[in-house]
Amino acid sequence: MSLLEVKNLTISFGGLRAVDDFNIEIKEGQLYGLIGPNGAGKTTVFNLLTGVYKPNEGIIRLDGRDITGLKTMDINKAGIARTFQNIRLFKALSVLDNVKAGLHNTYHYSTIEGILRLPSYFKVEKEMNERAMDLLKVFDLDGEADYLAANLPYGKQRKLEIARALATNPKLLLLDEPAAGMNPNETGELMDTIRFVRDEFKMTILLIEHDMKLVSGICEELTVLNFGRVLMQGKTSTVLNDPQVITAYLGE
Amino acid sequence: MSFISYLINGISLGSVYAIIALGYTMVYGIAKMLNFAHGDVIMVGAFTVFTIVSTLGLPPALGILVAIIVCTVFGITIERVAYKPLRNAASPLAVLITAIGVSYLLQNLALIIFGANTKSFTSVVAVKPLKLAEGNLVISGETIVTIIVGIAVMIILSLFISKAKAGQAMLAVAEDKGAAQLMGINVNKTIALTFAIGSALAAVAGVLLCSAYPSLTPYTGAMPGIKAFVAAVFGGIGSIPGAMIGGILLGIIEIFGKAYISSQMADAIVFAVLIIVLLVKPTGILGKKIQEKV
Amino acid sequence: MNKMSKKFPGKMNKISKNNFITYLLVLVLYIVIQVLLATGNVSSLMEGLLVPLCIYVMLAVSLNLTVGILGELSLGHAGFMCVGAFSGAFFSKCINGAMPDALRFIIALLIGALMAGIFGILIGIPVLRLKGDYLAIVTLAFGEIIKNLVNVMYIGRDGNGFHFSMKDFLSLNMEADGEVIVNGAQGITGTPHDANFTIGVVLIFLSLVIVLNLIHSRAGRAIMSIRDNRIAAESIGINITKYKLMAFSISAAIAGVAGVLYAHNLSTLTALPKNFGYNMSIMILVFVVLGGIGNIRGSIISAIVLTLLPELLRGLSDYRMLIYAIVLIVMMLFNWSPKANEWKEQVKEKYFSRRVSKGKGVK
Repeated sequence: MSLLEVKNLTISFGGLRAVDDFNIEIKEGQLYGLIGPNGAGKTTVFNLLTGVYKPNEGIIRLDGRDITGLKTMDINKAGIARTFQNIRLFKALSVLDNVKAGLHNTYHYSTIEGILRLPSYFKVEKEMNERAMDLLKVFDLDGEADYLAANLPYGKQRKLEIARALATNPKLLLLDEPAAGMNPNETGELMDTIRFVRDEFKMTILLIEHDMKLVSGICEELTVLNFGRVLMQGKTSTVLNDPQVITAYLGE
Repeated sequence: MSFISYLINGISLGSVYAIIALGYTMVYGIAKMLNFAHGDVIMVGAFTVFTIVSTLGLPPALGILVAIIVCTVFGITIERVAYKPLRNAASPLAVLITAIGVSYLLQNLALIIFGANTKSFTSVVAVKPLKLAEGNLVISGETIVTIIVGIAVMIILSLFISKAKAGQAMLAVAEDKGAAQLMGINVNKTIALTFAIGSALAAVAGVLLCSAYPSLTPYTGAMPGIKAFVAAVFGGIGSIPGAMIGGILLGIIEIFGKAYISSQMADAIVFAVLIIVLLVKPTGILGKKIQEKV
Repeated sequence: MNKMSKKFPGKMNKISKNNFITYLLVLVLYIVIQVLLATGNVSSLMEGLLVPLCIYVMLAVSLNLTVGILGELSLGHAGFMCVGAFSGAFFSKCINGAMPDALRFIIALLIGALMAGIFGILIGIPVLRLKGDYLAIVTLAFGEIIKNLVNVMYIGRDGNGFHFSMKDFLSLNMEADGEVIVNGAQGITGTPHDANFTIGVVLIFLSLVIVLNLIHSRAGRAIMSIRDNRIAAESIGINITKYKLMAFSISAAIAGVAGVLYAHNLSTLTALPKNFGYNMSIMILVFVVLGGIGNIRGSIISAIVLTLLPELLRGLSDYRMLIYAIVLIVMMLFNWSPKANEWKEQVKEKYFSRRVSKGKGVK
């Protein structure tokens, strides 16, 4: 069964159909790419999947459950986590606290317990710290745990965003241009990390990316979006060699 | 008949609010700051006229002219000394607090120079009251002049912004400082000009306000300043037509509230209406909806 | 445990150490003032300022929760203080004599906190949907409305129970034995004088425990994540409305307690522009911003310094508020302007860092 199943997803902004009849099926454990020229509606698809926008039409199912129209917060609880094209970290919090914020719904103690510093506070905080440090290690960020997120270099900020998203324990991870602004070395490293995350966490990943080296290197299947519509879907190698896709990217 | 008279008084008070709110909204639009000292510039204008007319016995016209000049100079100086250094501060609250400091400064300067006693302001308006409907409806000269000046200010300002080069520059700087700079607009000069115009308007408002309500203290400007701030937000802060509409509506609501509901509750009514408007339309009547891009 | 502390080099310790300094600061100040009082080195004027000082510190600390930690600009904090003051004083006036004074005062404090907290939630629900300056002006509006309503509120009690009016004293229609409790603009008179400096300091401690422990907990992280990036906070499943309201109402409740303390420090409680109006809200905001947005210890220090400053300048009589204004402007420019910060960096580098780290080029 597919983990993510999207049917006829459509949204218009003032008459413009930003996403028009979008369909996708992603199987568990897949590394899936969403590509297309600038302004094709890729990020809008992410915003629809995560409830930032409500679709005009269409159904989104995650693991068989209809999550269409839910609030962003509830969609995250249902199992979708994401990163952002323009990095959105909690800049004034430490790197560790960024990840711990992601653990918010996994580890519980009440506000009263926190204010009164009851034993449950110390116990759960300790567990959160351990879990957060484990996640930071995956991304080689454990050395910077005490740094403010704002003080991390760009590439590490992108990694921290992924770590924070993973902390929410999602079934599906959405990455919006994870390699944007990275040099080829960093991109190569990022490819390894993404693969590692998929294997280690048994994660299903849908990513938007312009870097064709990354896309062809790690994505198993692709959907190409053009002017809000699906231009093509299929195996990465097939899609990337399709004349239609090449035209869409390079123009007539 | 009393309804019409209240309405006219409301429009008159509203015109004063609108003139102050114009200054508020222009400064907000361009410098993205709430200039809490704006209300106190009104007081400075009123005291200038008071000194020239009542103390020195010189003609009111001269008083108004000097008040406009004094307020303009104050406005530009305040911007240069207290606000400009904080334009790129880490938090927008910094300049807000500094504006509060400037407000205290102006109030206490006036307190030292003029004392805490209420001064009775001699109206600068020489127009005779208008008697209508066989004397049942009397419209004071101050009311007439205030409304006329209010309308004139709005027209001139609208023309200035839409036609004059400097007005267009203001719009550009308000929209995007960086881009305006790249287009060759002198951003510092444009911001200074905005403060100058706003302060000159405050002087005019001060004269009109004190002619209609003749008691003058160092704190005279504070409440009208807050009300004008409310009017600006009400109409959609940053929007010039919004400030006019917001100001006039606020004046009418205040006078009607005083007349028909309770004079003690008039301020509460004004604020309640503001809250309701913002809950229905979170950026005010004519405010632009800002959508954050994800 | 040992493995933990290795993993987090000084992380937990740093926070608790920082909080400890804050508590210690309050304690030391308390002891110093007590010593000064005992040795007769405090003028009666200064002595009269001690309870207000505690009130301002609590107000500043609580407002910092809204402004610094939640990141929303509130200009109506005095309104919550007003709610607390009047509900606490109302309770004390009604009960006075019917239960032990200490118990009555504690209940009055709790009622003030509860009422202000409830108002915080009621006002927060509509207000927190707004953003930035719009939110600021609406909080100001709510604060003014509260002050205004209190001024036209009449509550009396006679053999038949409570009477309420929004018009005047006579509309209460009370029996001859009736007693006015809240008398419109004249407010509440004869509230028992329960407040003293020690109680004030104890309440500061309690406020600090609540605010500091909240900040460094799961809920505090959620609140700060909303402040730093609302959209990202939503994307990791944080309930925005819940945590915004939590911060806002806790902040209001502490202001309410400060209000109860205020009411029990005066024989007559009236709602004036100067104690519960926007001017007061702005003054508290000045404490918060000057002390450092989000810096709780800074709020305490700046509330104390700015409250004492006009008194210290009393010798200058008329000029003291003028100097206060100038000091405020200069401090803001010095603390916040990018140019001043650059200059401070240069000075630091020139005179301090050279000795520590050689080879660092001077700009």
